[in-house]
Amino acid sequence: MIFNEKFETMKLDDLKNLQSERLAALARYVYQNSPVYKKRIDESGYKVSDIKTIDDISKLPFTTKDDMRDNYPFGLFSMDSSKVAEFHVSSGTTGNPVVSGYSKDDVDLWGEAAARSIGAAGGNPGDIIQVAYGYGLFTGGLGLHYGALKFGCPIMPMSSGQTKRQIKLMNDFKPRILACTPSFALYMGEEARGLGFKPEDMSWQIGIFGAEPWTTAIQNEIDRSLGMLATDIYGLSEITGPGVAQECHLRQGLHMWSDVFYPEIINPETGQALKEGEVGELVITTLTRTGMPLLRYRTRDLVSITNEVCSCGRTAPRISKIQGRTDDMIIIRGINVFPTQIEYALLQVEESLPNYQIIVDRADKGLDTIEVQVEIDQKFFSDEIKSIEAVKQKIKKSIEQTILVGVTVKLVEPKTITRSEGKAKRVIDNRKM
Amino acid sequence: MKITQMSVFIENTEGRLFELCDILGKNNINIKALTLAESPEFGIVRLVVDKAENAVEIVKKHGFIASLAQIAAVEVADDPGGLAAVLKVLSENKINIEYMYGFVEKASDKALMVFKFEDIDKAIEVLCANSIPVVAKETISCAKKRI
Repeated sequence: MIFNEKFETMKLDDLKNLQSERLAALARYVYQNSPVYKKRIDESGYKVSDIKTIDDISKLPFTTKDDMRDNYPFGLFSMDSSKVAEFHVSSGTTGNPVVSGYSKDDVDLWGEAAARSIGAAGGNPGDIIQVAYGYGLFTGGLGLHYGALKFGCPIMPMSSGQTKRQIKLMNDFKPRILACTPSFALYMGEEARGLGFKPEDMSWQIGIFGAEPWTTAIQNEIDRSLGMLATDIYGLSEITGPGVAQECHLRQGLHMWSDVFYPEIINPETGQALKEGEVGELVITTLTRTGMPLLRYRTRDLVSITNEVCSCGRTAPRISKIQGRTDDMIIIRGINVFPTQIEYALLQVEESLPNYQIIVDRADKGLDTIEVQVEIDQKFFSDEIKSIEAVKQKIKKSIEQTILVGVTVKLVEPKTITRSEGKAKRVIDNRKM
Repeated sequence: MKITQMSVFIENTEGRLFELCDILGKNNINIKALTLAESPEFGIVRLVVDKAENAVEIVKKHGFIASLAQIAAVEVADDPGGLAAVLKVLSENKINIEYMYGFVEKASDKALMVFKFEDIDKAIEVLCANSIPVVAKETISCAKKRI
């Protein structure tokens, strides 16, 4: 069902006018309310009054993940932190996480975007939704929750984990919609089959899956093994959680709600705009956010875009599935992990060398595992297993406290971590995606 | 009398122990005793070799992580209750053993056990006071000649 006819099917000319108006207002708003953006705009040589149409967007400065780190925690807000309704936090590239401050209006906007997404996936008001994304600082759980509230879907706020209980309540409540990471969906499917459920016994008909990259092959596998239509949702806490873009039931790309989140695709090297259909870095401007609006935020996600109107009737442009990243971020069970975070964690442990390799695998049941191999150092080698184990535990704890994902640590002999051209390859991702 | 033991970190990969022993053999270093302490992913090989100081430099040069530790080799009567008799003395004197293992060869008709003690000096003192022979390094080297 189309949740918001007016905006989702707006004529392209009208959409462009709306985007222009909103961009001009946004430029004025951040100039008045954000010291960081005021300085950036002043330095750019352009004036706020130069921003008249959406095509003027290239005159505005980019915002990067490093800006988030440099202004941690509240420096990029355009609002006093006491006025903020909600904070969300995701991984930064080193010790400091990325904070996003949502005003009450931003939370409302997020609910709107997620509601449109539930509708696009094929949901109808009254469908019970099982939200099995984590609830908390991570945006997954609350995003679908706000969307379902707005859309009128009775919510099972399960959060992630507790697989057996998820399956029992699925069987008892008969939710039509399941929202979680694709790997958790596969895992639940596996568990359900173990308990004797056939795909047709599972009540789910629609899946809203995201927060990690997955291929069409996995999508087909979920369709088949859980007996449902699995759709892809995109979001990032800096812009808004899940709901920035969503596949409709036709699954020909993810509709991006461009009346509120304006997309550009650029060459990540040069910053130049790319043509429709070319793969480049997705850059998003939050046209209407008030708590922490962002100008031209560089997502580091590589996608292509099409403006062709979809057969579903929505005029919202469609982005492809994520084709890759401009950095070496990896996503484990919905949590973003940067190799630099692991390096940071190792530096906190006196006995370890920052010489490491991350091996990511997908276990049989679909859950991702992460192994960090660390080269042991002569100086902490002891001839007793227990003291080496103690160092290993110390390293494990430091990493887990930094990335918030469980890891196994494996100590390896020096110089065994593969180096190419003197530079170690940090991530080996064995997941078939 | 203390003996120097060499410990080497070994990743649990095929052929790694062979590589270590091969390097020692090619460098004319004889292994007198060896034990392997293992965890699921790695092991620690503890070796009593002749010329431990040389040996440790050689294996390090070949990329191994290795260290030296002081241990004591103790003569144990090679009959039922022989080891228990030694352990009784140690236990009564509250001497903690980190680990222990048997010797490849014998210096006499008695068995030889290697002990890593928490406090080696105190351990040797107690053993001597109880007339339990702690074998000298020279004796071990001699042992081979005798065979």
